[in-house]
Amino acid sequence: MAKYLLLKHYRGGPAAVNDVPMDQWTPEEISAHMQYMHDFAARLEETGEFVDGQALAPEGTFVRYDGEGRPPVTDGPFAETKDLIAGWMVIDVDTYERAVELAGELSAAPGAGGKPIHEWLELRPFLTAPPTVTD
Amino acid sequence: MDAAFLRSLTPSVLGALVRRGADFAAAEDAVQDALVEAVRVWPTAPPRDPRGWLLTVAWRRFLDATRADTARRRREDRVDAEPAPGHAPAVDDTLQLYFLCAHPALTPASAVALTLRAVGGLTTRQIAQAYLVPEATMAQRISRAKRTVSGVRFDRPGDVATVLRVLYLVFNEGYLGEVDLSAEAVRLTRQLAAAIDHPEVAGLLALMLLHHARRPARTAPDGSLVPLAEQDRGRWDTAAIAEGVEILQTALARDRLGEFQAQAAIAALHADAPTAEETDWVQIVEWYDELVRLTGSPIARLNRAVALGEADGPRAGLAELSGLDETLPRHTAAAAYLHERAGDTATAARLYAEAARKATSLAERDHLTRRAARLNNSRNV
Repeated sequence: MAKYLLLKHYRGGPAAVNDVPMDQWTPEEISAHMQYMHDFAARLEETGEFVDGQALAPEGTFVRYDGEGRPPVTDGPFAETKDLIAGWMVIDVDTYERAVELAGELSAAPGAGGKPIHEWLELRPFLTAPPTVTD
Repeated sequence: MDAAFLRSLTPSVLGALVRRGADFAAAEDAVQDALVEAVRVWPTAPPRDPRGWLLTVAWRRFLDATRADTARRRREDRVDAEPAPGHAPAVDDTLQLYFLCAHPALTPASAVALTLRAVGGLTTRQIAQAYLVPEATMAQRISRAKRTVSGVRFDRPGDVATVLRVLYLVFNEGYLGEVDLSAEAVRLTRQLAAAIDHPEVAGLLALMLLHHARRPARTAPDGSLVPLAEQDRGRWDTAAIAEGVEILQTALARDRLGEFQAQAAIAALHADAPTAEETDWVQIVEWYDELVRLTGSPIARLNRAVALGEADGPRAGLAELSGLDETLPRHTAAAAYLHERAGDTATAARLYAEAARKATSLAERDHLTRRAARLNNSRNV
């Protein structure tokens, strides 16, 4: 088994085919989209492949250490940041091919006009534990 | 109470229930209930016949559950007519259960999960924790697996090779969590070896014991990987090595070589060397030849190239490596190592860094990054 992260970007990836911002959809289209995401996660739980799914607020704060005895420095949000992560899903599947298949399904979530968004999802493998047998 | 002893009784009890006509999924639930009951009751009232106790309680639970299920009333009539629990051929039942849980209709992950639960007696929570997935996900994986094999009858032997692949996966791909999956794989393989006389089962058990023996020396206190050549051999488990070697020799004497025996022979040659320098690389290369012949595996060819680099010098290893597919896992790491041995530290450092980017495990990535950093630093001094 291998775990993969399906990363959804607000921006940073190539444009989706059905690239209409969500605030221009109808309320019914938004509901249909949410329902699709929910059903997708529920189906993965049933197949024993679901690990985690989370959505992120679009704006965050950058934080860094500023030396002994001083409070951390905060900055941002930076409007010019190119890459913006919207959320993720973590799956645990038998093969890379299966991971690609599931990412394809997730990318087909309905958007404006009830048509699939065809959005680009980034698929990244988790690093695993090292194998026991090495020679 | 000894949890391992309790769990060792699981497969024969479950096997007996299925043989008496119980539906596999229901029988498995009943055995889990009986195990929970045993944990509660045995500390104050230890049974004289633990297996008989479990069988009686599990059978009663199964009947209760079946009765409660009105849709299954017809089956109830049938199972009620079965003879009362007595002593069953535990070994055969155990073996059938291994075959069932490694059934070819199951995906590797399902077979692993089902084996750990139905044969190993682990709880769903423990298995979920071991594989870092939510308990609900693991529960679904196991119940789907049970449904997949529920129609399979216990009337013909399965394929030992599929069982061995599942046990090897448990041994080789476990995280280091609360449940020690490598130790559990050794236990389950030992139990299988007691149930069936087969040289490859012995070969896998020997392979596991020989690698398990090195475990105390495999990681530094900070959790980083220690490569074989740098391990403190005084920390290897000599009892496990002796047992592994003896099991392997008995298996090899039967002259039915298989991949696990060949792999175990390689591990045994490493175990036999008092220091890394005294390793018999010539013999190791010969065993890799056997392994390549038996499996045709490109990974075996890659490992053979590294062994050849030790036996005939790094240039020979690199020449061998150049004939192999560069996209093979650890190809870059092997090339880095051979270049380092050949004294070409600049190339080695570059390849180690590249191999680190391709590593599939965190510990390997850190190890390869350290190798690159060490070479870069020594060159800059």
